[in-house]
Amino acid sequence: MAKGVKPRVKVPKTAAAGETITIKTLISHKMESGRRKDADGNFIPRSIINRFVVDFNDQNVIDVTLEPAISTNPYFQFDAVVPEAGEFKFTWYDDDGSVYETSKKIKIA
Amino acid sequence: MDFTRRNILAIGSGAFAVASVAGMPAFASKTDDAIAAFTGGVGVTEGGIDLTAPEIAENGNTVPVAVSAPGAVSIMLLATGNPTPAVATFNFGSLAGSRRGSTRIRLAKTQDVVAIAKMEDGTFRRAGATVKVTIGGCGG
Repeated sequence: MAKGVKPRVKVPKTAAAGETITIKTLISHKMESGRRKDADGNFIPRSIINRFVVDFNDQNVIDVTLEPAISTNPYFQFDAVVPEAGEFKFTWYDDDGSVYETSKKIKIA
Repeated sequence: MDFTRRNILAIGSGAFAVASVAGMPAFASKTDDAIAAFTGGVGVTEGGIDLTAPEIAENGNTVPVAVSAPGAVSIMLLATGNPTPAVATFNFGSLAGSRRGSTRIRLAKTQDVVAIAKMEDGTFRRAGATVKVTIGGCGG
């Protein structure tokens, strides 16, 4: 597991039923592209997050495939429909097999 | 044929010209290959998709881009001038509020960023934007 990985997500606390909300996510990760060289001229091996998935009550919102061209600390902004009260589940998959998860509950106002 | 100095110079510059011409399509075809793999060879039309990227990016390590294509199933982002053109692919699920996504990408140099959207009806749309990069973002 890469060090210092901390997911952060911004989801409104409440929404009207059927409302479209905007979600922002950021995860601290160095996203080593595999093209950088260290002081000795050797390539630093690739180590990135390669997939990011968001589900709401087990229904998919967005599924992103990431390549090394995504910047350090991958940031995403997207829209989601909230049909009922429930929980957003955010999952990041690392190259080294680790999975980072976080979730946010949302209420119907 | 005897190799006078004049002949050798002519051959040398000819070879250089061939090499530089051959180098360019090889770079472009990586992007074309990625597009072909995504579309499966279906023709791509312009329009119906918006790609927002800065005209000038001072730091190629983090360039904000946003893409939006109403009616898209998935959108692929490509950086044509990067060592590997693929950047990201957004796949929209049943609860996606819009067919829109923003992220931050790395660009190695001044280049075109291309977005290809796969629409619900199986057609493909394309949009491009040129981004001038002051400092490249691939560790170079």
